[in-house]
Amino acid sequence: MGKTLAEKILSKKSGANARAGDIVIAPVDTVFAQDGTGPLAIRQFQASGFKRLANPESTIFFLDHNVPTPTKELSNDHLLIREFARNCGACLSDVGEGICHQVIPESYANPGDVIVGADSHTVTAGALCAFATGMGSTDIAIAFALGKTWFRVPPGIKVNVKGRFPRMVSAKDLILYLIGKIGADGATYMSLEFSGNTIDRMPISQRLTIANMTVEAGAKTGLFPSDEVTRKYLESRGRGDKWRPLQPDADAKYEQVIDINAAKLEPMVSKPHTVDNTAPVSEVNGTRVHQVFIGTCTNGRLDDLAIVARILRGKKRHPDTRLLIAPASKEVLLGAIKAGYVRTLIQAGAIVLPPGCAACVGGHQGILGDGENCLSTANRNFKGRMGNPNAFIYLSSPATAAVSAITGVITDPREIA
Amino acid sequence: MKLKGRAFKFGNDISTDLIQPGRYNYLRSNLPELAKHVLEDADPNFASRIKNGDFIVAGKNFGLGSSREHAPTILKLAGVSAVLAKSVARIFFRNAINVGLPVLICDTDKINDGDMLEIDLSTGTIKDLNNSARLTSGVIPDVMLKILSEGGLVPYIKKYGDFRV
Repeated sequence: MGKTLAEKILSKKSGANARAGDIVIAPVDTVFAQDGTGPLAIRQFQASGFKRLANPESTIFFLDHNVPTPTKELSNDHLLIREFARNCGACLSDVGEGICHQVIPESYANPGDVIVGADSHTVTAGALCAFATGMGSTDIAIAFALGKTWFRVPPGIKVNVKGRFPRMVSAKDLILYLIGKIGADGATYMSLEFSGNTIDRMPISQRLTIANMTVEAGAKTGLFPSDEVTRKYLESRGRGDKWRPLQPDADAKYEQVIDINAAKLEPMVSKPHTVDNTAPVSEVNGTRVHQVFIGTCTNGRLDDLAIVARILRGKKRHPDTRLLIAPASKEVLLGAIKAGYVRTLIQAGAIVLPPGCAACVGGHQGILGDGENCLSTANRNFKGRMGNPNAFIYLSSPATAAVSAITGVITDPREIA
Repeated sequence: MKLKGRAFKFGNDISTDLIQPGRYNYLRSNLPELAKHVLEDADPNFASRIKNGDFIVAGKNFGLGSSREHAPTILKLAGVSAVLAKSVARIFFRNAINVGLPVLICDTDKINDGDMLEIDLSTGTIKDLNNSARLTSGVIPDVMLKILSEGGLVPYIKKYGDFRV
């Protein structure tokens, strides 16, 4: 019997014949924490009596969540992380460098890697065929020290996607559709593995969007094959030598196979307050939007900003709709400046925020007022997520968000763009 | 080990954003203060009503969302002695065990808000003293049972120095 991608990667890394349900111990290629989870990880590392990191060069701290910090308490958490990283020789990605889930694929993740991070969206690196999964601070603290952790090998769900996306429909609509179909716990403990001719043609930026949100269906990991698209991406990042082909076996055993026809998909939204509360945008067309937020580890990449800039070129945001844009990393921001997107966006009335997670996690930057609606390209719309439990968050693609910023109401991008 | 306390009932999909709202992230290095806001957006009076030893009794997919270990940590600090749910999200499950907070998977429909429960952790049996319902929890992996029996991952690692799988 053949193996899924998850079984293949964990078998190779653990040295065991890893099958769904087995418990294995595997070394980790990259381990990281961010400023929200890092301080607790450091304290648990110290409480366990450890002094040394197993692999300082592949241990990374990201200051990305509450940046630049809004309070002295968070600034002191940043101080703690900077000091620990300096003393232990860990890598530090400081304020302004970008969101961990953008920087990891840009600079660290490779096919066949095992990556653990103290952040649930660590699954994003599955776009590059890395077995990447989020854990809590204590698990990460122990992985810092031992350079390994235990895993229950996840059973797989195969998602087979065929056909071409219609105009104004993209990877975000596909993943929202899938989560709506299987539910917020539809893939709990499982590996969601993507294949099909839509996936074969899909650029890494869109694969990252999909992998990022697999955790919103409860998945432990969301994996894409390592193919020619992966090879070209790694070459463009100067890591061509790290590429190797990786596919699930043809006779791999999946618990479930889901077939999706991309050509039949519509622009989708998630309505408040759960990600699986999805609907075609036509169902909520006309809903008033007080704030549009474009960015995050889901949709803050250069390709996303290119779509948004194309839609907003020569247009203005609706006077009653604030438009916030946060590039996912410094590199994305520099690319957006070079391509002229930043100028276009600011002329359209956008506020460009520093690279980071702040608006999405509700600590500061763009906190909503009571009763306000936000249309966001992020991955979560839980009650209170953006800092106010009395506000409402809708999720959509960058195209739907950009069009809605012009009209001031949720708008089907196929109508006007 | 036997536990006894009242049931605090919650519905499906209680996210870690509800358990530990992100707007209090500045209190993450002050856990007792952070614990005063536990589950505030799901039940504003929860933190003032919970007593040492009480239980969370929830529907499906409890603890979905972020990896913040602060969620189970402040539940425990607030006095919660175990979480009972139809199902729990993966990261929350691992985090709860790592901080020594027992999680029991069972059909929670039979338990009403405020019921007095008696739980035997060694056998995974739950007795509702108000309606005499008896429930059995699902089995959790051996490695997690060992971590839980040591009181969490830090004491486990301090004792064994490594994972025993």
